[in-house]
Amino acid sequence: MSRIDRRFAALKAAGRTGLIPFVTAGDPAPEHSVALMHALVDAGADLIELGVPFSDPMADGPVIQHASERAIARGVGLADVLAWVAAFRERDRDTPVVLMGYLNPVEIHGYERFAAEAANAGVDGVLLVDCPLEESQVLAPLRAAGLQQILLAAPTTAPARMAKLCEAAEGFLYYVSFAGITGAGRLSTQDIAARVADIRSHAKAPVAVGFGVKDAQSAKAIAGFADAVVIGSALVERLEGLTHVPDIVARAGDFLRPIRAALDEA
Amino acid sequence: MPTIEDFQSWPDAHGRFGNFGGQYVAETLMAPLAELTEAYLRLREDPEFLAELDRDLTHYVGRPSPIYHAERLSRHIGGARILLKREDLNHTGAHKINNTIGQALVAKRMGKPRIIAETGAGQHGVASATVAARFGLKCVVYMGAVDIERQKINVYRMKLLGAEVVPVTSGSKTLKDALNEAMRDWVTNVADTFYIIGTVAGPHPYPMMVRDFNAIVGREARAQMLEQYGRLPDVLTACVGGGSNAIGLFHAFLNDRQVRIVGAEAAGEGIASGHHAASLAAGRPGVLHGNRTYVLCDDNGQITETHSVSAGLDYPGVGPEHAFLKDAGRADYVGVTDDEALEAFHLLARTEGILAALESSHAVAQAMKLARELPKDGIVLCNLSGRGDKDVHTIAAREGVQV
Repeated sequence: MSRIDRRFAALKAAGRTGLIPFVTAGDPAPEHSVALMHALVDAGADLIELGVPFSDPMADGPVIQHASERAIARGVGLADVLAWVAAFRERDRDTPVVLMGYLNPVEIHGYERFAAEAANAGVDGVLLVDCPLEESQVLAPLRAAGLQQILLAAPTTAPARMAKLCEAAEGFLYYVSFAGITGAGRLSTQDIAARVADIRSHAKAPVAVGFGVKDAQSAKAIAGFADAVVIGSALVERLEGLTHVPDIVARAGDFLRPIRAALDEA
Repeated sequence: MPTIEDFQSWPDAHGRFGNFGGQYVAETLMAPLAELTEAYLRLREDPEFLAELDRDLTHYVGRPSPIYHAERLSRHIGGARILLKREDLNHTGAHKINNTIGQALVAKRMGKPRIIAETGAGQHGVASATVAARFGLKCVVYMGAVDIERQKINVYRMKLLGAEVVPVTSGSKTLKDALNEAMRDWVTNVADTFYIIGTVAGPHPYPMMVRDFNAIVGREARAQMLEQYGRLPDVLTACVGGGSNAIGLFHAFLNDRQVRIVGAEAAGEGIASGHHAASLAAGRPGVLHGNRTYVLCDDNGQITETHSVSAGLDYPGVGPEHAFLKDAGRADYVGVTDDEALEAFHLLARTEGILAALESSHAVAQAMKLARELPKDGIVLCNLSGRGDKDVHTIAAREGVQV
């Protein structure tokens, strides 16, 4: 059983909804990336999505694109991200870490080399936004190294394709809650509830819902019908520009704790 | 790579050209791409659709475009004959309209009332705005803020045609960023929006569809060669940014193995300077904008900023079919510098009375090099993909002339 599977099994046993914060690795301050990861866990994160900066993040909104640009400007690359995960693992052996990003940095790093280094660093899964199921054969070395591929499902996904995704899902299936980019704010909770219920009844993995979740209230609305809630842009936006560890830790905690509490009440 | 029997049979059913192409996109785009692929595969066999396209190409675009023997230029070079395929004579002044007419007709058939487009030099934006007006579609064009500054005339032209031009200020503020932004618009507005990609890049079916619509260039040229010269050319050349005019010329000749094919990429200030846009000549295989192809990126996989005097070639990727042709050894891709392109621009203007687009001037410069290597009875067929009126301010500024 993988670390991700164990974590979701524990959540299910406890009757809790998972909290998955997303941060862009290297933003707001590269030297404090590991401290930020621990702060997320201390504030109630069940799993961390760590964004690998990419110059052309087609599916992300301006908030995450700018975070990527800031990290790249500070020289952050895939090797740094892997080093931070390894450093995080020195103190935290339980919280799963999923690297989220785009295919080109992995392709250029080399699939075999990435698979070995990521598994060694303690990475549990990858969510490569521009690598849909149909193109996933390139990720065979990652699977062989024990990394799980987190797949996306969308409101636009056709029923036949959704069945394929449910069948192939491992770790968790990430349902993007509207047909748009990350960080935009339209969310019809009823629509999502119906679709997610259907997906959960078919998927071989738990279902996390994300894109457009920005505070305790919107997270709580989702908590009733999802296995986990993903929060990205809203968190990245709050951390922007901070340079000191205490500020970063405090801001991440202040933002996530009410959300954690809301999820536990739901 | 195994021996290729039929170069014209690609891509395969997954949209792959050998190791290149494919559909490397976010899940939200898979459904719209499937819808488009299905519609287009049906339409490309539909005689009514093809007849409608043909009518507009003839009566609206002004096809066929001639092939023209540039005699004075050829004499000046002192080598083989240089023939120009005059895509600059099309309505709107470039090959781009071959594609936008086709895609607008697909949009119309699919019942999409709004089209969006990305543009670099502005030629594709103008060609999209033009067909939107022609078919009564709403049109939004994404353009990098840097390119807007470089191509003010085309921006105004698009507005005159009724399009909305949205400046893109992320990243390098050029073509690749405009493409990112247009993709985001499409993801958000898929229900009523058709995305007209302007080059043979992007996810399947775009590289195939855009090639099909531009392939008329090579089909015409091949027939014109046989009719007027009784033979095929020795070598073809065209400029390659994304590569739509080039694949348009090359495609009909791909199985004529005796015809050499050379693509001219933007070498900017020279490949060694690092300031260039020569993805095939100096890049490596990677994944960008929905397809696997040659890209310009650093060791972290970050796409690098490119440079070319011509906005239309200033792109860090290239169509996957070109990547395929390069690896298969069917075509060669070489760099032409800013200075060489400008020299060719002036020489063509003075010897033939033709102002070529800066993009196309790269092809003319390459044609001149190739002509020097061939005997006098040889033939170099060069795609003159667009006219240079849009570039006169850029050229004047570069040469310190107040206009």
